[in-house]
Amino acid sequence: MRLKQISVFLENTPGHLEKVCQALADGNINLSTITIAETRDYGIVRAIVDKPEEAEKILRDKGFFAKLVDVLAVEVSDTPGSLSKILSRAAMAGINIEYMYAMTRPMHDNPVMIMAVKNIDAAESILSESAKAPLV
Amino acid sequence: MAQNWNDKNGDFHPASAMDFLPVEELRRIQSQRLVALVKHAYDNVPLHRKRMDELGVKPEDIKSIDDIVKLPFTQKTDLRDTYPYGMFAVPMGEIVRLHASSGTTGKPIVVGYTEEDMEVWNASVMRCLLMFGVRRGDFIQNSFGYGLFTGGLGLHGGAEKLGCTVIPASGGNTERQLMIMRDFGATVVSCTPSYFVHVIEESHKYGIDMKKLPLRIGVFGAEPWSEKMRRFVQDNTNMEAFDIYGLSEIAGPGVGGECPEHNGIHILEDNFYPEILDPETGKPLPDGEVGELVITTLAKRAMPILRYRTHDLTSIIAEKCPCGRTVRRIRRIERRSDDMFIIRGVNVFPSQIEAALMRVEESTPHYRILLERKKDLDTVTVEVEVSESTFSDGVSQLENVRKRIQASIMNIVGIRIEVRIVEPHKIARSEGKVKRVFDYRNI
Repeated sequence: MRLKQISVFLENTPGHLEKVCQALADGNINLSTITIAETRDYGIVRAIVDKPEEAEKILRDKGFFAKLVDVLAVEVSDTPGSLSKILSRAAMAGINIEYMYAMTRPMHDNPVMIMAVKNIDAAESILSESAKAPLV
Repeated sequence: MAQNWNDKNGDFHPASAMDFLPVEELRRIQSQRLVALVKHAYDNVPLHRKRMDELGVKPEDIKSIDDIVKLPFTQKTDLRDTYPYGMFAVPMGEIVRLHASSGTTGKPIVVGYTEEDMEVWNASVMRCLLMFGVRRGDFIQNSFGYGLFTGGLGLHGGAEKLGCTVIPASGGNTERQLMIMRDFGATVVSCTPSYFVHVIEESHKYGIDMKKLPLRIGVFGAEPWSEKMRRFVQDNTNMEAFDIYGLSEIAGPGVGGECPEHNGIHILEDNFYPEILDPETGKPLPDGEVGELVITTLAKRAMPILRYRTHDLTSIIAEKCPCGRTVRRIRRIERRSDDMFIIRGVNVFPSQIEAALMRVEESTPHYRILLERKKDLDTVTVEVEVSESTFSDGVSQLENVRKRIQASIMNIVGIRIEVRIVEPHKIARSEGKVKRVFDYRNI
């Protein structure tokens, strides 16, 4: 299934990530998962939250550069080889995964992989079999 | 006066005579040269003729050096717009040398010299070297870049004319520079001051004790520097550091230099006539007041320049110099009226950075330029704010934009400049003139 991920541009300097998290906390936004892609000078914070549209507005109001991006959420059973099975299906269909990170959910045994792909419509139908369970 | 032809040991060198002329005699020569220059420029350079006609000034109206204020200005853009040879006043057959300025938008500024111009230029550099105490018998390691840049060959010509042993080391390759310095026995080094500071820092790495070398004089120019850098050089070597001033539009190095008083730069005003003007109104300012330096090439044939606006801010020191020279002094140039900065000997204007940014679709007009000194080398970083079109969630897209901006700047400015993408609204917005250049070099 599809989720809206919030991506935030951040300078690679102390205190900036804290400001983002504080802004979200003040807006009563819950983080399900968060990850950072970093370069020497800046990073991109990617997060799955309970209220993405609100989160985007809060961060923009605070002067951050935030953007909502469609990503795929694919449930992966907590057993050896299950991720590899999903990925080989993606590979056979010629789907390139730009980046990927994991999210756990309370009350669920299986984790969910968050994946960014170029052609999300095609990818969703191919990988959807493993994305039936309710998510966030 | 005569006891002080050459500051240090008083030995007479006839080439320095022009530095010490009685003022009336100097003015007479300047007047004579100005009259000839204006006629030559009016008759042979369409741009000068057009500008003078617009002001209603005829060559006959110029009778003495005091009439210089009647003449039109020449701007850097004039030299660029007439690329490559539009400002030349003699047939190409008389041009024996071409040089070109570095780091200008798209096209460089081309300057030409006749054989006579080369004589004047070499003699001017020689007079500066004499002022610094350089003599026949000195080994001068010339580490200014050789090529289209006027620094390398300009210094070379003057040093050779003086009778020094010239080591044309050119720029770069610090290890080799140090080896040559030690093994060839250089007594004088000429280069940009920031580069020499770097050489000193590196010398420990190669086990060379700068104080054990026979070096005694440093000739530094092509970029602004400070007393702090002079102290650093003098504390870490047995050298005395001198400032040489020049700009390629006028001649190259040798427009002026510091005498051993180290209090201002003597402009060789029999060849290069200085005026200080209010940069806003263009009106002359009294001696001592800070304004824009404007120079007229009194002795140039190939490319006569009337009242060139240098955009360098300085003032004329009216008091007589204790060294005995009568050619006037200007204070060290520390600021410019147009935000231009000099980095590794290349002139860069913020407008060029802006032009480079404009060529990259996704970049924003919100940028600032940071000048820093890292490990004794000057670095430039351009900070550009992230924008809607730059930011698309992926690092690779952002990096792609960053690299394209960098390539675009390289293309226009000619040097590699770091580009950093920063958070939005980090760069102050301002209603009036936006401050673009932040100089943290602390020179």
